[in-house]
Amino acid sequence: MKLVTAIVKPFKLDDVKNALELIGIAGLTVSEVQGFGRQRGHTEVYRGAEYQVDFVPKVRIEVVVSELDAARVVDAVVEAASTGQIGDGKVWVTTIDEIVRVRTGERGDDAL
Amino acid sequence: MVNTGDTAWILTSAALVLLMTPGLALFYGGMVRAKSVLNMMMMSFGALALISVLWVLYGYSIAFGDSVGGAGLLGDPLEYFGLNGLMEDATSEAGGLPVMAFVGFQAVFAIITVALISGAIADRARFGAWMVFAGIWATIVYFPVAHWVFAFDGDDVIGGWIANDLAALDFAGGTAVHINAGAAGLALALVLGKRRGFGREAMRPHNLPLVMIGAGLLWFGWFGFNAGSSLAANNTAAVAWVNTLVATGAAILGWLLVEKMRDGHSTSLGAASGVVAGLVAITPACNAVSPIGAIIIGAIAGALCALAVGLKYKLGYDDSLDVVGVHLVGGLWGTIAIGFLGTAAAPSGVDGLFYGGGVDQLWRQVVGAAAVLAFSFVLTLVIGFAIQKTMGFRLTEDDEVTGIDTVVHAESGYDFASLGGSGSTAPLAGQARAEARNTERTLA
Repeated sequence: MKLVTAIVKPFKLDDVKNALELIGIAGLTVSEVQGFGRQRGHTEVYRGAEYQVDFVPKVRIEVVVSELDAARVVDAVVEAASTGQIGDGKVWVTTIDEIVRVRTGERGDDAL
Repeated sequence: MVNTGDTAWILTSAALVLLMTPGLALFYGGMVRAKSVLNMMMMSFGALALISVLWVLYGYSIAFGDSVGGAGLLGDPLEYFGLNGLMEDATSEAGGLPVMAFVGFQAVFAIITVALISGAIADRARFGAWMVFAGIWATIVYFPVAHWVFAFDGDDVIGGWIANDLAALDFAGGTAVHINAGAAGLALALVLGKRRGFGREAMRPHNLPLVMIGAGLLWFGWFGFNAGSSLAANNTAAVAWVNTLVATGAAILGWLLVEKMRDGHSTSLGAASGVVAGLVAITPACNAVSPIGAIIIGAIAGALCALAVGLKYKLGYDDSLDVVGVHLVGGLWGTIAIGFLGTAAAPSGVDGLFYGGGVDQLWRQVVGAAAVLAFSFVLTLVIGFAIQKTMGFRLTEDDEVTGIDTVVHAESGYDFASLGGSGSTAPLAGQARAEARNTERTLA
């Protein structure tokens, strides 16, 4: 089993969700996060005082899938989230040792 | 016999002015970081609570009692103690305003003046110390200064020296309210010192929509403040109303223009600040200048205050929410501007320098402004240091970093604190501290 984690631009969330639904993904988790990469932050001015805001808001999407689906999920996210600009985000895949569905106690691929 | 029209307008104005203090709480509250929004608002509500009681007990009497020794410095605190003897209708046959309407109207001036000071000491003052300060400051600074400026001589009553002997013009409180609060804010900012990380960390406003709502409420309430100061529903009130409108509009334009040229952006915080700068400047002058004069006063106030708020970084004092840059500078400008732009055609009927009146009114304005500034600044320094040395005014470094809301009030303003430098760990740290205290208590 694989965990696919994607950090994308917030306004791309709906596109990514729709793309994942189209390839049959049954669930995902979303959180609002902040950070910086090559995009860096921006400057804000309050009563003439300039503040460098280092962290840019992003959305983190997490999907747990079977080993076979991982590549398709990554491709779908990348295609849906891309604008070609700096700051589009990243997608990475990690291996998961175990997964349990809380309601039934099912384990492994059955729990997906 | 009570004049019902006047009385209705003054009671309405008093309620409008009262609303300015919760409005100020929103204006200030939005400007601080998320971890201290509640404390910021509580300083205003604390002033509402305490000053309303002190005003009834002896504040009104110090401000509007017969001048002690006829010196024009302060009224007799015992004459109307507890508003003694003021409940009967004492209006004459010709008609008039019940004294209680005047008592109520002036009470809300005292409250907002004290609340204004709190902006200079955001994030770092112990609440109990603030309340003690508020009571002492109102008693020995505001109530006497209100006597100087607002107490006019009556048939067998002697009033204050600025109003009667100096005859400086201050219609609604450029000196007594704004210069007074601004100078006190500067003194307290010096007593308490800078916030941890001032000038290094980002201390940006956590909720600008709150600031905009607050500025709107202040503007709304200010019509009572200025137009109500005629103490009658008459032509003077109407002139003051229009001047209050147009000076404020011009001040927003002035502030935004400076921002656009200096920073490249016209900001919402700039617009909200321009509102207050314009209102402050027109407060003393709203019955003394023409509507064109009001536009000039407002536009210059907006531009001047937009530049003045940068002073604290250059001079190194942490007047957190710019009480000095807006209220002291705006109050000085508005008060002194009467000496230039006053016109005999306006209700106050005095020509300033630009209208051929020479410098006679100008020097009176300067002396009145300087006297209030010096008196307030020096006494506030004394009160502030006395509280700092005895009960302690400033929070400990730990508590300040954690956030005053959780530490002092055991509350947090929002369920979710943001990551952006607003102290997202504050609730947890506060909880840990509370647990530690409980443990200590159990052990004891």
